[in-house]
Amino acid sequence: MYTQALNSNPDKGSASLEDAELSARFQARVDAEERIEPNDWMPAAYRRTLTRQISQHAHSEIVGMLPEGNWITRAPSLRRKAALLAKVQDECGHGLYLYAAAETLGTSREELIDQLLSGKAKYSSIFNYPVPTWADVGAIGWLVDGAAIMNQIPLCRCSYGPYARAMIRVCKEESFHQRQGYEIMLTLSRGNDEQKAMAQDALNRWWWPCLMMFGPPDTESQHSDQSTTWKIKRFSNDELRQKFVDATVPQAHFLGLTIPDASLHYDEASGHWVYGEIDWDEFRQVIAGNGPCNRDRLAARRKAHDEGAWVREAALAFVAKSANASVAA
Amino acid sequence: MTSISPSNAPLVQFLLRRADDALILGHRLSEWVGHAPMLEEEMALGNMGLDLIGQARSLYQYAGEVEGAGHSEDDFAYLRRESAYRNVLLVEQPNGDFAETMIRQFFYAAFADPYWRAMKASSDPTIAAIAAKSEKEMTYHLRHSAEWVVRLGDSTAEARRRIEAAISRFWPFTGELFSSDELDASVIATGAAIDPDTIRAEWLATVQSVFVRAKLTVPTSTWMHRGGRSGQHSEHFGHLLSELQYMQRAVPGAVW
Repeated sequence: MYTQALNSNPDKGSASLEDAELSARFQARVDAEERIEPNDWMPAAYRRTLTRQISQHAHSEIVGMLPEGNWITRAPSLRRKAALLAKVQDECGHGLYLYAAAETLGTSREELIDQLLSGKAKYSSIFNYPVPTWADVGAIGWLVDGAAIMNQIPLCRCSYGPYARAMIRVCKEESFHQRQGYEIMLTLSRGNDEQKAMAQDALNRWWWPCLMMFGPPDTESQHSDQSTTWKIKRFSNDELRQKFVDATVPQAHFLGLTIPDASLHYDEASGHWVYGEIDWDEFRQVIAGNGPCNRDRLAARRKAHDEGAWVREAALAFVAKSANASVAA
Repeated sequence: MTSISPSNAPLVQFLLRRADDALILGHRLSEWVGHAPMLEEEMALGNMGLDLIGQARSLYQYAGEVEGAGHSEDDFAYLRRESAYRNVLLVEQPNGDFAETMIRQFFYAAFADPYWRAMKASSDPTIAAIAAKSEKEMTYHLRHSAEWVVRLGDSTAEARRRIEAAISRFWPFTGELFSSDELDASVIATGAAIDPDTIRAEWLATVQSVFVRAKLTVPTSTWMHRGGRSGQHSEHFGHLLSELQYMQRAVPGAVW
């Protein structure tokens, strides 16, 4: 899940009285761990929340192609080049799949993409950080995909059927990406001094932004309670963040790399790694559009969209023409 | 790491020519990732790029085996200068717009699909196996690019203007696909390869039939660019290699 903040998406209406009985029946189904399907009755707010969450997830996959895509043409070996190309293609597939899941809730892909391009919809803050070295490609696979998996595994049990099913497939591919990223880091950390330094530098830059991927601390999270009741969310932001830290610290040690957190220590009593203060001001700035790459990422997506407009128009015109021809025939 | 000079043995050079075509076209397609006109085409362009890079890897690996000098696929890809690369000029041309990329792909696939089909009969079992895999992939590339040529030719005025411009840009680069020299001839004589000129008629028939469906005109000009097969490349090629080879040149001798 790459959903961190609310869209400024206005309510499309239907805020009238919802049948209390339907609501109760809906909640009972959710409580019984049944899956809600597209044609089932659902509260308008449930539909809205899921549309927002699934489309933000889709946008994140699509924007997320850019930082790594940046390295396909410069990958250091043919094996890495092919693997990275395949990986970025997987992200695109996830995006398509997720837009399709969001469409089952009644909003078209075109409309959702317009929300992204107009800046109305959010995508994960993590993709607003730059990818200046090859080691970043490894760090993204290891840490960003690792954090995404922590978030997404519980979503395989999300109450909304199409999203839950999409997540099962997405998680399988993400865990492959994560291993691939870790293997890049392992190769670098067993390499020459320049490679080792490259790996440490990437970890230094990605560590804190990855912790921010889980969203604001539980004390500030805006929409966790309702999502928990609806069984969209199964764990709190802080719980997932802790799981990620506990899983990742030993992996960094195995690589011989240092986590850039002077106060990080293992707490025997709780069995957890205790991490230092997260710079939530940086998080808010990046979400607000002031990250290092926000403008570049959106500009790249808009450019692709604008420059591709004539292709999409041609495809539609061709379909219309063929349909007319078959009617006339 | 200094550049390598591969053996001039005919079979090695023959394999490098085919591998270079595939790698360079695959690299060009991969430049689209993140920038395609629609998500379905992100997938398709990435897929085709991946196929071609895969074909290149198999061919480089076999070239290394035949050469016996310990050169890996990466040595061939990352440690040769422009003049040691032997791809046709068509594949190194910059992507341009979507119409240009698709027509370049169509011209190449309309050749490579029947070429690899015929190469399944190679007397060399490794080449025959690579051909069998490549043929399947190129059949898809041909179908996909041909569908786009038809769509772009027979839809809006803008798409038609762009595809016509793309055809006139790339047409003069198609002749080199059918060329061969003494080096090729000695490989052809062993039965390991076919003469690419034997594909010309089928290629032209494919182009004609797709252009008829697209309401496009096949150019009549017979003058053609040449040079890639003898290592004389366009100005664009050095830029492509400086990007492709950047890491291996910047941090020489490292394992990635």
